[in-house]
Amino acid sequence: MTRNDKEPGSAVSVRGLVKHYGETRALDGVDLEVREGTVMGVLGPNGAGKTTLVRILSTLLAPTAGHATVAGYDVVRQPRQLRRVIGLTGQYASVDEKLPGWENLYLIGRLLDLPRKEARARADALLERFSLTEAARRPAATYSGGMRRRLDLAASMIGRPAVLYLDEPTTGLDPRTRNEVWEEVRRLVGEGVTVLLTTQYMEEAEQLASELTVVDRGKVIASGGIEQLKAAVGGRTLRVRPADPLQLRPLADALDTLGITGLAGTTVDTERGAVLVPVLSDEQLTAVIGAVTARGITLSSVSTELPSLDEVFLSLTGHRAGVPQDAVPAGTREEVAA
Amino acid sequence: MSGTAVTTGLRADARIPLRAHLRHTGALVRRNMLWIRQDPESMFDAVLFPIVFTLLFVYVFGGSIGQSLGGGQEAYVQYIVPGLMAMMGMNMAQGVGTGFNQDFNTGVMDRFRSLPIGRGSVLFAKISVEMVRMLIATAVLLVVGVLVGFDITHWPGLFAAVGLSAVFGSALMWIFLTLGVVMKNAQSVQAMGFLVLMPLQFGSSIFAPPQSMPGWLERFTEYNPLSALADAARGLMVGGPVAHDLWMTLGWSVGITAVMAPVAIRKFRTKH
Repeated sequence: MTRNDKEPGSAVSVRGLVKHYGETRALDGVDLEVREGTVMGVLGPNGAGKTTLVRILSTLLAPTAGHATVAGYDVVRQPRQLRRVIGLTGQYASVDEKLPGWENLYLIGRLLDLPRKEARARADALLERFSLTEAARRPAATYSGGMRRRLDLAASMIGRPAVLYLDEPTTGLDPRTRNEVWEEVRRLVGEGVTVLLTTQYMEEAEQLASELTVVDRGKVIASGGIEQLKAAVGGRTLRVRPADPLQLRPLADALDTLGITGLAGTTVDTERGAVLVPVLSDEQLTAVIGAVTARGITLSSVSTELPSLDEVFLSLTGHRAGVPQDAVPAGTREEVAA
Repeated sequence: MSGTAVTTGLRADARIPLRAHLRHTGALVRRNMLWIRQDPESMFDAVLFPIVFTLLFVYVFGGSIGQSLGGGQEAYVQYIVPGLMAMMGMNMAQGVGTGFNQDFNTGVMDRFRSLPIGRGSVLFAKISVEMVRMLIATAVLLVVGVLVGFDITHWPGLFAAVGLSAVFGSALMWIFLTLGVVMKNAQSVQAMGFLVLMPLQFGSSIFAPPQSMPGWLERFTEYNPLSALADAARGLMVGGPVAHDLWMTLGWSVGITAVMAPVAIRKFRTKH
């Protein structure tokens, strides 16, 4: 991981950030660079240090060592100026549930030194924009999970922040609401907001982020463009199910002997009667489907899956241990699945 | 602290002007006031507490304690109402701690702390609102007191007594705010408050004259700031010596505030 020194377009710059809680090393030398106008996904399991990172970057927590700047402001030396340029949407909706939606936004506006009239106008506009106008006068406690997150996002946007932190923004939401939140985040990004997103889900990272930093136990274990990392962890998995279960083995054999370059071995999921094929590109995916049809095997379903966080970790830590990715034999994978 | 290299030419951090502090505190006061409007039941304790305590003490203990004061129930009314006024601040202060602690366990405190506001504003706002509650409780107390026969002989002294209770109450609030920040949950704040407050309240001249207490307890009550406040309030409202107790109370208030306000703000600032 080599990095250029001080890129001019860097919105968040983190160098060697360390945070200890007694014996626990929540962060153990993290480096991170978020370019302006991009979405950086910080992917990691529970306890990886994601929230600690966000809390340091929003001045809620002082680092033990290291250096971090946001929009050029130092987290330790210039906390007040820094707070002016950030927006924070935490893991738990950080709105006052007893207050109506409108009052929540008006309050934040006033705390950000907007004159009364402007604070009012901004609250109205943001409620409108996040489709909350009808619920404006109701206490936030009566909102649904999705509405609360939207209100939370709206509250984060009042100060027109240059950098927005989204700390696991969809944890605990149902799939529909999650899509809703993603949609809002994409709109914000479209308006040029820089986003630092933490998540436990590869899918979420893929949906929103352009670059990814994978953290584990306070350390960065991989970083780079999302396509690049996806390729490193084996891209997607294609799940093909033959209409006739007896065709399962022949199908797997056929796919194994395809001879498509770079295609890793297949796995047979006998329980669900499907063959799993890791594919690295759309071309490979098309080639596999083409080959299956050419053999005259009828399929009942075809789907693709992203590698789970577990798989990402398996391959990344495997990578770090010095085992080249393409050396992971098909047999190993089969054992994992069985 | 941070092991960063010395950076030269870095702009100094912005300061928050006083006017902005006031504006922020005002906005947060509005928030706390809206809570009351949203949930009027939260005012129940402020209203009911003085009614229940006044009736309870006057009618249950009034007769017998009044005798030792050289009168009857009427004599005790004159004694207990200023005493309860002293107690009011303490009770309201305890509520501050629990309320503040609950506030902390929601994400909204994180939001406030990530905004460019003076971190004292959140605490000052909380105290201002609790003062309003305290004044309401005191007003109720006085009304009930007058209904059961309390005779205010020094009207200017009444306002002085209310003011003095408020000053002392606000000093106590800093202690409870600190507890609210430091302790894990609202229940422990409440339990802690109860453990400290019970002996302080009853080991004072609030409810009964200390002369009848054993020597060691009498000495304790002498140094108990609540006794000073209760006696000062008595002196101010119904006549009697005031100066010594007044200065004692003010001294305690200033002392507690000077120590605990910075501690509370500091703890609030560095809370994870």
